[in-house]
Amino acid sequence: MERPRIPLATAAASPPRENLPALALLAPFLIAFLLFFLVPAVETFWLSLTESSLTRTSAFVGLENYATLVQDTSFWDALGNTFYFALLTVIPLTAIGLVMALLVNRFVAAQGWLQGVFFLPFVLPISVMTLIADWMLQPSSGVINHILGIQRPWLADPTWALPAVAIGTVWWTVGFNMLLFLAGLRNIPAEQYEAAALDGARGWKLFANITWPALRPVTVTCLILQVIASLKVFGQTYILTSGGPFNTTRVTLHYMYETAFTQSDAGYAAAIAMAFVAVVILLSLLQVWIVRWLEKRES
Amino acid sequence: MNGKSNLGWTVIGAASAVLLAALWAAPLLWALSTALRPELETVSADFHWLPQTWTLDAFARTLGAGNLLRWLFNSALVALSVTVVTMAISLMAAYAFSQLRFRGRSLLFGLAMLAFLLPFEALLVPLFRTMNQLGMINSYAGIVLPQVVSPVVIYVFKQFFDGIPADFREAAVMDGAGPLRVLWSVYLPISGNIVWAMAIVTFIAAWNNFLWPFIIVTSNDMMTIPLGLTQTYDAFGVRYAQLMAAALLGALPVALAYVLFQKKVTQGFLAASGLKG
Repeated sequence: MERPRIPLATAAASPPRENLPALALLAPFLIAFLLFFLVPAVETFWLSLTESSLTRTSAFVGLENYATLVQDTSFWDALGNTFYFALLTVIPLTAIGLVMALLVNRFVAAQGWLQGVFFLPFVLPISVMTLIADWMLQPSSGVINHILGIQRPWLADPTWALPAVAIGTVWWTVGFNMLLFLAGLRNIPAEQYEAAALDGARGWKLFANITWPALRPVTVTCLILQVIASLKVFGQTYILTSGGPFNTTRVTLHYMYETAFTQSDAGYAAAIAMAFVAVVILLSLLQVWIVRWLEKRES
Repeated sequence: MNGKSNLGWTVIGAASAVLLAALWAAPLLWALSTALRPELETVSADFHWLPQTWTLDAFARTLGAGNLLRWLFNSALVALSVTVVTMAISLMAAYAFSQLRFRGRSLLFGLAMLAFLLPFEALLVPLFRTMNQLGMINSYAGIVLPQVVSPVVIYVFKQFFDGIPADFREAAVMDGAGPLRVLWSVYLPISGNIVWAMAIVTFIAAWNNFLWPFIIVTSNDMMTIPLGLTQTYDAFGVRYAQLMAAALLGALPVALAYVLFQKKVTQGFLAASGLKG
């Protein structure tokens, strides 16, 4: 006897699509995503091809903004300052973050306190950091000059202004990198250490043979995230030095901000934004390639 | 020999731990020491590590003058709104991306993840122009809305939902519950941990956001704490005891949130960076 066909059986083999419920659940996000990400993203590109102010779009000018940008020494100076800031911050932020994680991991009794002290600055608003830094760096009443026994106007000195902002930034954000390394350290199985200890490895050797190789992926993640974060510097320099003295601390985003909001040249500012995005993406890709190349060479 | 070198490492390690911890605590302690003095002592030629006269005068004046309480209120309102809206829309979207089958799922998800690549900074100019046209400059909605698009949060929630066994959902669907109901009464209760962690991290990030309020707010009354604190020279003049008191009062809410929920904050930031805590 033939069984009657059950329509539900085919449905069970390939469950029905849930287009409508999905759309309903996604709608709030999609609307926000469209309005506050996708449209502005496309618009940045479009604006960069026009001559526009902050309030109105005038003429399509093709690549004219980009042609100006290539010749604009202010832009290259700002990009140079940004790279210099990245140079001053990326290595210390990674190295100190690693050292902090090792210390937190080693001194179990003080773990909570150490981690708290190292991470706390990271959760504070940027202007708390800049207010304290500005006070500590005051030429005559600042505590730094008192300790060093000098009267240097740190933030008004073309040589020292950007390094001073960089040191404040290291204090402010290193806790995040410590957290990444700490997670990496906790993922190393204890047996690896035990096996190496049985072979007589101690102290430095344990670190060189086990800890450091195991932390490679985290170090790479940390470096890539840090380069991006450092390139995006703006608030610290804007608040502490307003880009001065003599524009030595005016970074790329600061130049974009000035172009858009003080000069009201939205078209040119959009071209700067596009160039900035290109630099960030290229540098990230470059790092990934370097890491792959190093890994290939080793194996 | 080995024991000796081990002891050596322990001593060096302990010394660096103490030194680094002291260096990292010093700026906040120095701010506190400054805020607890009378204003005259901060500019006195005599240097002292601790106040000669202890006083809460600077804190009282800071709260009395200027707009600090208003900025604290604005920050609380903005950070709470950003957190609630981000959690709600991200949970719904992540649930759809993870559990529902629909046309264009991978395309839409890929598109959403694109936002990882493009820094928010690149969108400032068109966002400001749009907000200007909508008349949202100097409004709470204007400050909050662009902050609620958070692909990281969606990504973390989707990963979490992906790990939940399918029979979990099937049982509820058999009972005829709609997707919103399943999300609310089946998925949410078992996601408490990760939802709290992401909520706290979102709150801290929104509280600390400087760049967007800086662009969209021009009126002193609409400023949030990170922005308002940059205006304190105008409010108090160069009065360092009061400036440090303002900085510490502005730091207090997030510092407290961190101290109270240390584990969740750590877990949240790690999840957001793509690493498991």
